[in-house]
Amino acid sequence: MKYETVIGLEIHAELNTRSKMFCGCATAFGGAPNTSTCPVCLGHPGVLPVANREAVAGTMMLGLALNCEITPRSVFHRKNYFYPDMPKNFQISQYDIPLTRNGFLEVEMEGYVRRVGITRVHLEEDTGKSVHIGESGRIHGAEFSLEDFNRAGIPLAEIVSEPDLRSPEEARAFVQLLRAILEYLDISDCKMEEGSLRCDANISIAVDGRMGTKVEIKNMNSFRSLSRALSYEEERQRFAIERKEALVQETRHWDDAAGKTHPLRSKEEAFDYRYFPEPDLVPIEPDPAWVDELRGRLPELPQDRLRRFREQYGLSGEIALMLTGEKALADYFERAVDAGQDPVELAKWIAGDLVALLREAVVPIQSCPVGPRGLGELVALVAQRVISGKMAKDVLREAFETGKGPYEIVEEKGLSLIADSGELESVVDGVIAENPDAAGDMRSGKEQALKFLMGQVMKKTRGQASPELASELIKKKLSG
Amino acid sequence: MDLIFSDALEIAGLIKKKELTAVEAAEAFLARIDAVEPEVAAFINVFADTARRRAAQIDAGLAAGEDPGPFAGVPIAIKDVLSTRGFPTTCGSRMLEDFVPVYDATAVERLKDAGTVMLGKANMDEFAMGSSTENSYFGPTRNPWDLERVPGGSSGGSAAAVAAGEAPWALGSDTGGSIRQPAALCGIVGMKPTYGLVSRYGLVAFASSLDQVGPMARSVRDCSALLGLIAGHDPRDTTSITEAPVDYLAGLTGNVKGLKAGVVKELSSEGIQPGVLESFNATIETLGRMGVDCAEVSLPSFEYALSAYYLIAPAEASSNLARFDGVRYGYRSGTEGEDVWEMYDRTRAEGFGGEVKRRIMLGTYALSAGYYDAYYAQAQKIRTLIVRDYARAWGSFDLLVSPTSPSTAFKLGEKVDDPLTMYLSDICTIPVNLAGIPALSLPCGLSDGLPVGFQLMGPPLSEMKMLDLAYALERELGFEARPPAL
Amino acid sequence: MAISIEDVEHVAKLARLALTDEEKETFRRQLSDVLEHARIISEVDTTDVPPTSHTLPLVNVFREDRARPSLPPDEVTRNAPWAENGAFRVPRII
Ligand SMILES: [Mg+2]
Ligand SMILES: [Zn+2]
Repeated sequence: MKYETVIGLEIHAELNTRSKMFCGCATAFGGAPNTSTCPVCLGHPGVLPVANREAVAGTMMLGLALNCEITPRSVFHRKNYFYPDMPKNFQISQYDIPLTRNGFLEVEMEGYVRRVGITRVHLEEDTGKSVHIGESGRIHGAEFSLEDFNRAGIPLAEIVSEPDLRSPEEARAFVQLLRAILEYLDISDCKMEEGSLRCDANISIAVDGRMGTKVEIKNMNSFRSLSRALSYEEERQRFAIERKEALVQETRHWDDAAGKTHPLRSKEEAFDYRYFPEPDLVPIEPDPAWVDELRGRLPELPQDRLRRFREQYGLSGEIALMLTGEKALADYFERAVDAGQDPVELAKWIAGDLVALLREAVVPIQSCPVGPRGLGELVALVAQRVISGKMAKDVLREAFETGKGPYEIVEEKGLSLIADSGELESVVDGVIAENPDAAGDMRSGKEQALKFLMGQVMKKTRGQASPELASELIKKKLSG
Repeated sequence: MDLIFSDALEIAGLIKKKELTAVEAAEAFLARIDAVEPEVAAFINVFADTARRRAAQIDAGLAAGEDPGPFAGVPIAIKDVLSTRGFPTTCGSRMLEDFVPVYDATAVERLKDAGTVMLGKANMDEFAMGSSTENSYFGPTRNPWDLERVPGGSSGGSAAAVAAGEAPWALGSDTGGSIRQPAALCGIVGMKPTYGLVSRYGLVAFASSLDQVGPMARSVRDCSALLGLIAGHDPRDTTSITEAPVDYLAGLTGNVKGLKAGVVKELSSEGIQPGVLESFNATIETLGRMGVDCAEVSLPSFEYALSAYYLIAPAEASSNLARFDGVRYGYRSGTEGEDVWEMYDRTRAEGFGGEVKRRIMLGTYALSAGYYDAYYAQAQKIRTLIVRDYARAWGSFDLLVSPTSPSTAFKLGEKVDDPLTMYLSDICTIPVNLAGIPALSLPCGLSDGLPVGFQLMGPPLSEMKMLDLAYALERELGFEARPPAL
Repeated sequence: MAISIEDVEHVAKLARLALTDEEKETFRRQLSDVLEHARIISEVDTTDVPPTSHTLPLVNVFREDRARPSLPPDEVTRNAPWAENGAFRVPRII
């Protein structure tokens, strides 16, 4: 029997417009409960929605970035269901005629490319938030809930993919690329933890090409939980199939603490949304000029930049992916390249030590104490053999902590490689005299002794010896 | 002269000429309200003190040479379905018994700017669902022409208030005839404007694609003036049209020779009370004498209008009224039950009256899975056929005419237990809302002492032409809109 | 078109209305009547008749993305049946 995991994703991204989707309330994150609400987003009797032009534009740009067609005439629909975080007990969304549809996204995996169909990208309004009060702090076992509508009415772009993903890894890569695209377009903050980027998944296991039972997974609030939840569910379903247990088509909730999914059953929910055209809004018919203008506003997208970084700078796929995954990081890299140093070296330093330092200090690249020129200096120092790679690591850390430039630091500390053979020769002689055994091994051709002797030389010179010159001297003196 | 039966325009003129103060005007109507409210019950809330205070401010303004607006000091009644900041807005429902809005409807704002003085909020069928004003949580309004009879509905309070001299004019709302039918039954002028001409912002929604706010008055001139005050684009209403405003009052010429009027066969034959038909036909003859040529026209799709309406309107209503859940405002059941779902179920069961529940049920059913296409979608297509029938008629007629209501005012309790029969009282008015066109009801005579309404219908934005014909006809008919009962 | 008590109960659940048994029966009867009357529209041939959800010619009506002041807190909860430090309190959801 051949098993194939089949995953489709439904992603909600909060758009970073100044005002809400249908009213003028600010879209501030956080803030005291209901301080960013008005009669419209509280659903007071008699109010009417008026659509935010920027939200429509942003959604169309996203559609274009995902190779979707812009629907010539789309309409809003009402999705009717009761829930305490819903001010009107219906959500203004889109149903059979979304703003954009029929696109695709190509996701680079190790050694292959996965082309994922984009069913649709549509626009809708966000709900409020329920805070569950009770010792559990969760919806289960809560005594009551407090409703905050600050988030209600914030524009949401909903991206629905075809079930074209074949593994949790592909799903994760897809969402990471989508997140990068949203960031490049600057239409969303994409903070999964803050809920501005939310992901639901449909997952099933096809056996010998026969479609399996589809299960919907909710509440995956980070890339990590996305991978974990999907892997767990993949296992659960395969296991059930092997044991010939019937799977139920259901919605399951990912419990990050427990590391399990469990059925999300609410006795009260009757699923019949009674969609019908929103009579308070008129159709959207984007004229070609507007669409062209939006297409013109599209920046270079991460997938294109990735390709360019590999070709133009000869970066490895892995490093290029890491750099282009975050726009600011890629921008930093290209500014450093402009400063004239070797791209591959620069990329290595950024992807390696610099990102590590940033993570450690929880600093975004935008406010990195070591600017692109600074990093350029560092790479130059190594290239010109003024300092060794090992010394450079320390210089970078100091530069990061003090904000001083690498040149400045090397000056102050008088750091430099001992490249003068006369001076180094005496050190080497000393080391050979102090380590007769190693010297002996070396003479009798035991190459590994070289490593030891080199280490001793470096120790004596506090790392400032030119590695090439040192090993040259040792070999010359001990070649039997 | 008898102030309480004077036109709003006369009152405005007297106040401008300083022959009458705003306070005197307010007092006159408040006194009338005190006198007849026990019998008529046209208001849910009367704001006597705030009305006096506002009138005094206006007098002060006038004395100081300010311009408090073209209708400074003219009293008005507002249907309790329009949001009034700081004043209770109940929609005739227990659900909103104590609800005090935090914002003004656009129409209300414009009336304030014009200097009018709100006397109170007029009674109505709960959430505008009804044709008799018997579906009000606060009790029925009675017809000033016969207190045993209904004023029609759902704007029955507004119509009765104007007919009884409790207010010179009023605002109503019309979703399937809720302005025109009570205007007809109470012997006043009422108009449902083109959909989109008057902002719906602040009009508590019944059926969003059909609702319109409109004027109710004792004369065509007042009706024209009031429409002029509330019409015009509003950026807060996406469905508000952008056409430039028209001075309807200035546009009244009374010169209607050569106009072509189509008598709608489907609305002026079977199912119409003989007395109503009689004065309707008499009015057609009058029109003929006035040089308007009238010919019969058939609009076959009208046969289906009522059924389509009673699917579309409840469907939209079921969604519009979902927001009344006891969370953010309004009534909440005292016995919450064990979870939010029980709280919802009880709150809505206790907060809504029978007719509202019936329509929510009907609309929810019509939209629910498996029935959408057979009911809601099919009704939307019927709507297209009705629009087309009208469009065809405009090819050969300037306006269409019919009785406004198949009967004169009926007895309280007569139809209240039989929804279907009650729904039939909207038979003549409903096609207009489905097509989004303007229509007006003009009193055209009495039948057994009860007013009969004559309905004019016209193409989108034909309000001026329609008002002009009504103006001419009004003068010809010389109907004395003064109920003897009071 | 006669509808059953089960239909009535399902619809009442969607509409969040608690109904007594008498109400269920009354609505069952009345809704059946109205739907029966509505059946005449299903007899109309509407093939290639587009639906009308709007009688307006309007399209593309938007507001610019400008933030306006929101409501002062006291007005947000002024009409609330049960407010707790600025939020709306509701019974447990599950
Ligand atoms: Mg959604
Ligand atoms: Zn708002």
